[in-house]
Amino acid sequence: MSFLIDSSIMVTSQVLFFGFGWLFFMRKLFKDYEVRQYVVQVIFSVTFAFSCTMFELIIFEILGVLNSSSRYFHWKLNLCVILLILVFMVPFYIGYFVVSNIRLLHRQKLLFACVLWLTFMYFFWKLGDPFPILSPKHGILSIEQLISRVGVIGVTLMALLSGFGAVNCPYTYMSYFLRNVTDADILALERRLLQTMDMIISKKKRIAVAHRTMFQRGEVHNKPTGFWGMIKSVTTSVSSSENLSLIQQEVDALEELSRQLFLETADLHATKERIEYSKTFQGKYFNVLGYFFSIYCVWKIFMATINIVFDRVGKTDPVTRGIEITVNYLGIQFDVKFWSQHISFILVGIIIVTSIRGLLITLTKFFYAISSSKSSNVIVLLLAQIMGMYFVSSVLLIRMSMPLEYRTIITEVLGELQFNFYHRWFDVIFLVSALSSILFLYLAHKQAPEKHMTP
Amino acid sequence: MAALDRVKVLVLGDSGVGKSSLVHLLCHNQVLGNPSWTVGCSVDVRIHDYKEGTPEEKTYYIELWDVGGSVGSATSVKSTRAVFYNLLNGIILVHDLTNKKSSQNLYRWSLEALNRDVAPTGVLVTNGDYDREQFADNQIPLLVIGTKLDQIPETKRNEVLTRTAFLAEDFNAEEINLDCTNPRYLAAGSSNAVKLSRFFDKVIEKRYFLRDGNQIPGFSERKRFGGGTLKSLHYD
Repeated sequence: MSFLIDSSIMVTSQVLFFGFGWLFFMRKLFKDYEVRQYVVQVIFSVTFAFSCTMFELIIFEILGVLNSSSRYFHWKLNLCVILLILVFMVPFYIGYFVVSNIRLLHRQKLLFACVLWLTFMYFFWKLGDPFPILSPKHGILSIEQLISRVGVIGVTLMALLSGFGAVNCPYTYMSYFLRNVTDADILALERRLLQTMDMIISKKKRIAVAHRTMFQRGEVHNKPTGFWGMIKSVTTSVSSSENLSLIQQEVDALEELSRQLFLETADLHATKERIEYSKTFQGKYFNVLGYFFSIYCVWKIFMATINIVFDRVGKTDPVTRGIEITVNYLGIQFDVKFWSQHISFILVGIIIVTSIRGLLITLTKFFYAISSSKSSNVIVLLLAQIMGMYFVSSVLLIRMSMPLEYRTIITEVLGELQFNFYHRWFDVIFLVSALSSILFLYLAHKQAPEKHMTP
Repeated sequence: MAALDRVKVLVLGDSGVGKSSLVHLLCHNQVLGNPSWTVGCSVDVRIHDYKEGTPEEKTYYIELWDVGGSVGSATSVKSTRAVFYNLLNGIILVHDLTNKKSSQNLYRWSLEALNRDVAPTGVLVTNGDYDREQFADNQIPLLVIGTKLDQIPETKRNEVLTRTAFLAEDFNAEEINLDCTNPRYLAAGSSNAVKLSRFFDKVIEKRYFLRDGNQIPGFSERKRFGGGTLKSLHYD
């Protein structure tokens, strides 16, 4: 009986998450496009719903809501469905939509989609070979095999994103890095841009006039004019076409210049806006926050280096360690069990919410930047794939932040994965990503004021 | 190049509707082989015979400014785009017949371009709402072009064309529906070519001939718009 109640609660929450995913898709992602293939929207919302349900189950685990056996059942069910979606459905549909964009292969859409899917499966399987992620006890088609590979991809993504985010966040928040931009700078650059456009226009006018006269003369020259007339036509048209191609080259160069000037102007406008924002109260608040985040970022990089160099993986989670410290060193006595449950709930909850929110925002930005009306379906499905893998590996990694008694269900459900490997891999990729982001931002920052200074 | 001689027509519309292909077709009578993303603004020149076939025939250069981007961009991007909206003489609004949202966004595009001409301070002011009176009063000629006509199946064509007819009426403008990969739609003598020619003639007329005695180009448009009520700056 209680199983039925639990199941109905789970189903209701899944429907809610599905609805949220649907709305997000409609309002935010696809707000400039018309949804013609509803399959895409359904797949996206389903992936989102099942990913969020996993997080929900973790929370229920900590809070002790619902029956333990029904939790276990739902975990297994959820995991199977998500793996089914991530490994079978989404890649197949990606292949299908990619093929339907290519006009040549229109006839054999399904066939080519299957071919693409099989290629994907092959590479997906090969992915597991270089990593020591599995004990050889398990058969070919078991959950552990699939999860381990999904985990590797997801953890790599997570580490890349958080490495870049950890560095980028203080860089954008702190106003120390803001270049000084005045209105005069912007006006000067705009004037240059308009001058370049004028030059392009005058050159294009010359080309257009030349084309027109050639066209008119060409008609005249179709009549047979005799030997000298033909020679004359050859020489004049050759020279004018050479002239034209020269002008065309100049036009191409000027157009490239105009694009660069436009991007620089947009950059200056954005910087000016940020400067004005930093003078407001909110801006100052974020500035201070930026200093804290930079300290946190440095600490994380330091910890990642230590973990790799000394080859250690943290055994206890931050909650228990924090409580131990307060109890042993500060001498504050309180009910460990009660507080550990609540604090880990809050901590895990915050981690979950911020990672979901952060991922959705990043995905939306990414989608706006690279999608077009042709490729929007494919890109959304790719994003759904990334989102699913990201959430699955968050579950893997979140295990480390939870006290021992709550880890058991994840360990039980996910089977005998080498969790330590994932944490090590996360640290390595995080370090690489953070250091390269620092390098990249440093170079970008250095280059920009120099470009800006040249008259 | 004296500013007095320009005839500037903006080509506005969402990303991916086919503005670059359209401009190429209008200027070179050829189909654009490899359309790629427009960054910033790309300009092209069309030679137009004003009042063709009459004794007053005269050749003008019409500059088609194809401005890229989306209506929902950040304020900084919009301020950057605004530099292209100076002294404009006509607007071609392009939308994708297969994508309803691109038609809806045309209202915002036109407001962005027209309001830019109004504000003397250079700050983008708009209340974001569509105001029909504004368009009835508008002195800058508009033309609405729908692209990708070939991708609409025959059965849906009537429905789509009725919708676009309403759209063009809202803007108090003519409309043309075509496929940018097929020059047949703008073949000489077809009704589309006639509409296009009429539009460019109207632009040139407003630019050169219907002046209320003002010699300075561009400011007369400002006077007609700038009624003085500055709508409040409101962006989400």
